[in-house]
Amino acid sequence: MQIPEELFYSEDHEWILVEGDEATIGITDYAQKELGDVVFVELPEVGDEFDQFDDFGVIESVKAVSDVYAPASGKVIAINEELFDRPELINEEPYEGGWLIKIKLADKTELDQLMDDQDYERFLEEGE
Amino acid sequence: MKKTPLNQVHRELGAKLIEFGGWEMPVQYTGILQEHQAVREKCGLFDVSHMGEIHFAGPGALATIQHLITNDAARLKVGQILYTPMCYPDGGIVDDLLVYRLGEEEFLMVVNAANTDKDFEWVKDNSFEDVKITNQSADYAQLALQGPEAKNILQQLTEIKLDDLKYYWFERGEVAGTEVILSRTGYTGELGYEIYLKTEDAVRVWNRLMETGKEYGLLPAGLGARDTLRLEKKFCLYGNDIDENRHPLEAGLGWTVKFSKKDFIGRETLLKYKEEGYDEKLVGFKLIERGIARHGYKIKANGEDIGIVTSGSFSPTLRESIGLGYVKREKAGIGQEIEIVIRKRPVAAEIVETPFVK
Repeated sequence: MQIPEELFYSEDHEWILVEGDEATIGITDYAQKELGDVVFVELPEVGDEFDQFDDFGVIESVKAVSDVYAPASGKVIAINEELFDRPELINEEPYEGGWLIKIKLADKTELDQLMDDQDYERFLEEGE
Repeated sequence: MKKTPLNQVHRELGAKLIEFGGWEMPVQYTGILQEHQAVREKCGLFDVSHMGEIHFAGPGALATIQHLITNDAARLKVGQILYTPMCYPDGGIVDDLLVYRLGEEEFLMVVNAANTDKDFEWVKDNSFEDVKITNQSADYAQLALQGPEAKNILQQLTEIKLDDLKYYWFERGEVAGTEVILSRTGYTGELGYEIYLKTEDAVRVWNRLMETGKEYGLLPAGLGARDTLRLEKKFCLYGNDIDENRHPLEAGLGWTVKFSKKDFIGRETLLKYKEEGYDEKLVGFKLIERGIARHGYKIKANGEDIGIVTSGSFSPTLRESIGLGYVKREKAGIGQEIEIVIRKRPVAAEIVETPFVK
């Protein structure tokens, strides 16, 4: 199970990579394994805004439909359009080619409510 | 939750286990898409020990079976198998099942796991004289070996001449030195076999099949792939596409209802439907826009409600989004443009010919 140390994590198994006041969001390696083969992704549009922990998109595997939740509030500045043709990138590279959206962060203090890699690892162990 | 004799084997193979019909079953091992592809192109091995087996024996066995099912078991020779619905008097489906003619006066019904207890009560309550009916579900394990390589793999482990075993026939004999009922049936639309065996033999036969199948590309396959495989062939799934509120005619199972038979439960109602018509029909559709249809989503045409989705998935073979649903018969033609309502948004789809995968 990969849990990169430079990311923050939510209890809904999203990750967020913060660079200045911008951030990239995706789902974790654990989440993609739980979902199984991803075959469909629905993402917001550039310019959409949402609050922390709001659902902003949908990921569907062969068997399951899952909402994805925003680890932080913000405004969408980019979406990963490649996923529309290659949703399997979420399984293959959850932290790289499988990223979902980039946002402009509304409030960086919200990140305090997320877990770092070690907290997330413990969180997964407790959930087992 | 009930466990099949292969539960520990599944765990060791790293399967993801889920509850299905009261049983803990593997939904996938390596991944649904990969397992699906193995079955279409090479071979897959499924544990389907959750299926129920109800045994009928005695001079009244045939008459009782004939009364219970819509298809005609009198046509069966010993060694032959029949697919049939079993209906309530109002035509609603109790279950869909296989009938094996084990002897002149001996039959085995193979039923859906979740329906086993309900079916057993139903058949006992509606049986005639001189027949002993036993729920033997706990005695049987069942393996399904499915895919174009199935024969080549299985032939190495049995003396039964597989070239002579026809579709929907079975033989008793040995596989890997174990007494089995070997049946040329399946739920994938591929060449394949279903093997009924004693629970205590299941692990050994599973392992022998896996070893022998290795060089042929055999993979263990779970319920997830079983579902996408059957959907591509438009095989109905009880609880999704058919249930007590649906009758065989609207489900496209009219070929299994034999009105030439003078008596069976549901005959009167079904005959009325046949003569006077019914409102809806089970159809197959493909999505034109992006999305995946799921059980329970609404179907519309020009903004008006015309039906409901009963099964939907991404088709691994076609790489398209497909589904089944009941729609009003006047809107059920091939080429009819429809919309599937996905998360409140209408998504364009089209009614197509089935099976989706020929």
